[in-house]
Amino acid sequence: MITTKGLTKVYRSRGRDVLALDSVDLHVREGEVFGVVGTSGAGKSTLIRCVNLLERPTSGTVTVDGVELTALAGSEQRAGRELREARRRIGMVFQHFNLLSSRTVQQNVELPLEIIGLDRHDRRRKAAELLDLVGLADKAGSYPSQLSGGQKQRVGIARALAGDPKVLLSDEATSALDPETTRSILKLLRDLNQQLGLTVLLITHEMDVIKSVCDSAALMRGGKVVETGQLTDLLADGHSRIARDLFPLGAFGSGAADRTVLEITFQGDAPAQPFVSQLARTYQIDINILGAAVETIAGRLVGRMRVELPGSHTDNVVPIGYLRQQGLQVDVLDLSNGAAA
Amino acid sequence: MTWDRMQELMWPATWETLRMVGLAGLATLLVGLPLGLLLVLTGKGGPLQNQAVSRALGVIVNVGRSIPFVILIVAVIPFTKLVAGGTSLGWQAATVPLAVGAIPFFARLVETAVREVDGGLIEALKAMGAGTGTIVRKTLLPESLPSLVSAFTTTLIALIGYSAMAGTVGGGGLGDLAIRYGYQRFETAFMWVIVAEIVIIVTVLQLLGDLIARRLGHRGNYRSTLSLLRAAKAAKAAPRAEKTAEDLASSH
Repeated sequence: MITTKGLTKVYRSRGRDVLALDSVDLHVREGEVFGVVGTSGAGKSTLIRCVNLLERPTSGTVTVDGVELTALAGSEQRAGRELREARRRIGMVFQHFNLLSSRTVQQNVELPLEIIGLDRHDRRRKAAELLDLVGLADKAGSYPSQLSGGQKQRVGIARALAGDPKVLLSDEATSALDPETTRSILKLLRDLNQQLGLTVLLITHEMDVIKSVCDSAALMRGGKVVETGQLTDLLADGHSRIARDLFPLGAFGSGAADRTVLEITFQGDAPAQPFVSQLARTYQIDINILGAAVETIAGRLVGRMRVELPGSHTDNVVPIGYLRQQGLQVDVLDLSNGAAA
Repeated sequence: MTWDRMQELMWPATWETLRMVGLAGLATLLVGLPLGLLLVLTGKGGPLQNQAVSRALGVIVNVGRSIPFVILIVAVIPFTKLVAGGTSLGWQAATVPLAVGAIPFFARLVETAVREVDGGLIEALKAMGAGTGTIVRKTLLPESLPSLVSAFTTTLIALIGYSAMAGTVGGGGLGDLAIRYGYQRFETAFMWVIVAEIVIIVTVLQLLGDLIARRLGHRGNYRSTLSLLRAAKAAKAAPRAEKTAEDLASSH
């Protein structure tokens, strides 16, 4: 649905070139929620703004729903007609909502419809529908200044959906909201994704957002995508940085040479098996649990556990084999550098 | 001088002042508003970014604002004659230098007010597929409307001040009356009565302007005249520095 190829953006700031995006290849499939995560300054904001060409990439292409937007005429300040029309089919929600304070909630939602050129009657009907969809039907006549942050973002989402877009871009939509409101907004995005088949590209600096709504994710660092994939695949990969960040398990253990630290990941039905006690009983070993977490990610139950076994890696080949036989994913941590071996 | 005589002189003069200020105000609105918008649109990062046009407009506005009004009256006499049909005397003719003096002043205030509109809103409109005209009509003007009303009030009050000066060169009006009778004929009491009347007009205008601005700004986007003037002054003093800081903030 959204494909970027070799997307590069260079800013000139005080006579120096700053590389904000470094050859980013991204592929967002139709109907999925795709999250781009990274610290501030990693380039994710530039990336999402390049998708609807609010910023013109220095090089590379952006294709949304089969249309190569980068091929359409226009400058960063002023878009050509074709690009403007393409943008009408891409919804966008913003961190600071960007609602017009001079318009009521209803009028804000009608704004994109005015731009499309819908008549008054149709605009009213459509806006009422959308406000109902985001649960704000009773606030139609209020001004944005009378709403809470979460309500404002709901208006922002209703407005973004006004043009019946296939794609929704979310620029840190929940970053200005408290945790509870964040959850409700994320749930709304997830519902819209499922009900309307909406493809969502969101950027965030919070792993929790990725965890709760995304099907796929990309990790950005220094203008580059350093990892990307579907969450279920990433979680199955012991080397995945995203998976690791989703499950911060804390301490690595004593670090003594005669110990083996394992990371066990289980998805789906696996946690139903009491594998820890089975392991302890079968092999007569003392298992030290260093950390564990179970989460629902992309709608699936996923758990991760870090355990410490006595003896070196070679002493534990048999128990590790047993765990793998149970359908668990086992990674042996190399304690000398703290990464999975 | 009797009160009756004073009234006899004051009403026509009041009417002249109001007509002069009203007509000049209208002309200022019609020219100054587009000019102010153009300053924003052609400015750095604006949708019609054009350094040459922006600089030229900036210079015109600055020069216009710098010339003392008394000198401006005399300087534009040829233009006045052209517009007012051969004469440079009378209240009709006086509206020409008044408008010429007020347009750059108002344009700067418009520019400041419109620049106050959150860049995020413009971005949101762009993301919806809006063109420049739509952005101006749907965002820049409505969102800055309370501030624009404040700016226009300030301009009208400045025009009343200017109109007193225009009076001295045959424009008529209250200022003219105050000087001819109050000052030159030593009718001090009459002078004070006229001054009091001007104060009343200005006060009423200001209250009215504030009221309208506040009513329009019930959504929290109202800026008082004073803060606008201050912002305009600061922008004039250091336009580049302020803008680069803003650009940096908005681009990240």
